[in-house]
Amino acid sequence: MNYDNKFENVTVLGAAGKMGSGILLLTSMEMYDISKKPENKDKHYVLYALDISQKALSGLMMYIQDQLVKQAERKINALRSIYKDRADLIDNTEIIAQYVKDVMNIIRPVTTLESAYESHIVFEAASENPELKVKMFSQINLNSKVEPWFFTNTSSIPIGHLNKEANLSGRILGVHFYNPPAVQKLVEVIKCDESKPELSEFVSILIKNMRKIEVPSYDKAGFIGNGHFMRDAIYGMTTMESLRKDMSFAEAVYCVNKVSQDFMIRPMGIFQLIDYVGIDVCQFIMKVMRPYVTDETIHSPLLDKMMEINVKGGQNHDGSQKDGFLKYEKGKIAGIYDIDKKEYVKVEDISTKCDQTLGSLPEGHLPWKAVVGNKDKNNVLSKYFDAMKSQKTLGAELALNYMKKSKQIGEKLVTDKVAYTAEDVNTVLLTGFFHAYGPINDFIN
Amino acid sequence: MQLRRKIYMVAGYNTISMGSGRKEFNPKKARPGIEEYMKEAGQAVLQQIGGAQNVDECVVGNFIAARYNRQGNLEGFFPMIDEGLRYKPAIRTEGACASGALALATGIKSVLAETAEVVLVIGIEVQNTVKAVYGADILAAAGWAKERKDGHAHFFPGKFSDRAGKYYEKFGYDYTRQAMATWYKNAVENARLCPTAQEYHNTNSDLMATGMTKPNGKSFVDNLNVFDCSKVSDGASGIAIMSEEGLKRCGIAVKDAVEVIGLGMAENNITQGPADLTKLDATAIAVKKALDMAKITKDDLATIELHDCFTIAGIMALEAVGVAEYGKGAQFVAEGHTARNGKLPVNTTGGLVGWGHPTGGTGVHQAVTMWEQLTGKAGEAQINIPANKPYGLTINMGGDDKTLVSIVYKKN
Repeated sequence: MNYDNKFENVTVLGAAGKMGSGILLLTSMEMYDISKKPENKDKHYVLYALDISQKALSGLMMYIQDQLVKQAERKINALRSIYKDRADLIDNTEIIAQYVKDVMNIIRPVTTLESAYESHIVFEAASENPELKVKMFSQINLNSKVEPWFFTNTSSIPIGHLNKEANLSGRILGVHFYNPPAVQKLVEVIKCDESKPELSEFVSILIKNMRKIEVPSYDKAGFIGNGHFMRDAIYGMTTMESLRKDMSFAEAVYCVNKVSQDFMIRPMGIFQLIDYVGIDVCQFIMKVMRPYVTDETIHSPLLDKMMEINVKGGQNHDGSQKDGFLKYEKGKIAGIYDIDKKEYVKVEDISTKCDQTLGSLPEGHLPWKAVVGNKDKNNVLSKYFDAMKSQKTLGAELALNYMKKSKQIGEKLVTDKVAYTAEDVNTVLLTGFFHAYGPINDFIN
Repeated sequence: MQLRRKIYMVAGYNTISMGSGRKEFNPKKARPGIEEYMKEAGQAVLQQIGGAQNVDECVVGNFIAARYNRQGNLEGFFPMIDEGLRYKPAIRTEGACASGALALATGIKSVLAETAEVVLVIGIEVQNTVKAVYGADILAAAGWAKERKDGHAHFFPGKFSDRAGKYYEKFGYDYTRQAMATWYKNAVENARLCPTAQEYHNTNSDLMATGMTKPNGKSFVDNLNVFDCSKVSDGASGIAIMSEEGLKRCGIAVKDAVEVIGLGMAENNITQGPADLTKLDATAIAVKKALDMAKITKDDLATIELHDCFTIAGIMALEAVGVAEYGKGAQFVAEGHTARNGKLPVNTTGGLVGWGHPTGGTGVHQAVTMWEQLTGKAGEAQINIPANKPYGLTINMGGDDKTLVSIVYKKN
């Protein structure tokens, strides 16, 4: 069956979730493009948006509609040419409205798994729960007559495990989008030993059509992205604990967050990133990874403690940040959690002291925003990190150690056969985490 | 033809040209509408001319509030500006982006006809009510509606992209692009001297590099980058047109006013494309009429305010005026002659690219800039007006070289 035909009947599981809604959006747009090819004009395309709650599905349909308008506005040039023979569609306004209508017409919001029984392709973006995924895959697989292909968005569960438990005979591939899928360029693709090659071929075309970047990863729990992030986070939290002998919890969090953002020129500090992903999600991913990693402990007692006192981070439905290690006001960091007092300390109450303790930013420092798109960034970074090496401050020392650790983690992902190459590790961090430079670099040698 | 009475303009005022680039601009927050802009510009003029009782007639130039703001009958806003304007005659003019200068022309004609001694003129457009992609639909009304279907998504950038493409083809891409980038640089540098300009807050340290950005037809149009284009703007400008008697009535000295000595208008066929994409024929004719009426030549001009809705339009307009030969407009600009310290400063407060282009307001804004420059009121943006060249020229264009109004001003 060729690429286009596979798309005649598709299901997205967990479509109303954050990842599912993005995957649904991208898939619906790809299906629309396929349906508009002259050779497909007599075919019918259906995309089931499957989730458990009707309420969530209502919200999903509103979200998809809004997103389609935005996407259509962006590609208005192409759309005018697609609708050039429609004499009734003249203004951009009319063309955009028609596009949204046409794409929406492909999508069917549903709540019953039976809908997926005729799908050739099943994207899965349900919660990161191995039992749930296995249960859904098995049921669909058992009842389907079309030998469906399963593409799971898991960010941590080994694909081989899902293949075996759900008895899929290799008709499964990890296709891990980054959050939010509509925006993020990176897609990690993970095949297990049994994965059929035609699935990888298919997904490569899909990713290219979605104008995204494909990075392959071995089938090791956590893959590249979380493989690096979880270890990087554990290191950040350990460093924070080690600072606590000289300062309060909030001060230590502030310092490590500042080192991992400003000193290291990253888009977010490590504690902000944990909050962004969600303390609960991080804890869960670590739990999923743990049984598969034998030579180190993927676990953070601190995250457990935060969960116990119900400080979870993550995001609200409107995309705004919930409070976690840090407190956010209008998207900006306003406070730091003090685990002893169980309350947030105002940033301005501790920043002066902490900034003094860390010392000034090394010469040549530029904010991440000014570096990330800078054509001369290698040169800028090289000079900056050289200046850091010659600076004897706590901030510089912590940053250099953090850089070394981050590099070590990256290299270990290659030697442990999680990543195929060092370049893949760097691509994931550059495109999936928006770092200005890859962790495996020569800046700190 | 000659003007049968002395005509003056005085008491100019510009609101801020609001839109992207201004620090105050936030597309997600509520902004002033037609009412606020009309009021601000109108009251500022009235305050300079001794109040509404001195006004005989009002004219407002506006392109298409009916679609941007769901508002027609803009004449009805004059009595809102000041109770003293209630029951006075008012007219609205429309000629796409030349609506503002059509309002000026209407005021001039009324004073000439002796039906008014003092005319309050406002030009206004409030365009940030819709995203640019939808604004393109609205602005397309400045062209022939029957061309819209086959036109570009960004209809007018598409039209002038075709013109730029032809100019590249004839005279070379690099040669032309250099001039377009220089035009952008001059526009922003001039805007930085004018607090009401949309690019007043622009801090780009390498304007040339930005202006040199290679056009990308996939995301925009084939031959223009976004910096070649005037932005989407909200704004209004106001000015008073008076006879000598009007000046006396308002107690204004002649030296504080600028004299209108030439008016050239020309209309082109909206159902036909340009005979030659590299030329602005109607512009050339309107300018010639204005200069002939003023009995001066292009060499007598100290400054020009011209209609650079796109950088390429600015270059072609220079050729239409005749200050540069056909095909040499780009060279004239690239050599710096149109910069504020060049031999013929053009668009000294930024023009449409730098100051902004609230479409129906632009014609009046040009008149206000000219009045400021020729009466020494341009503040930091002031240029030197040589004693032997006390003249300025404005060109306001509606559509793709369709509705043209050119005016010659003289310093008193």
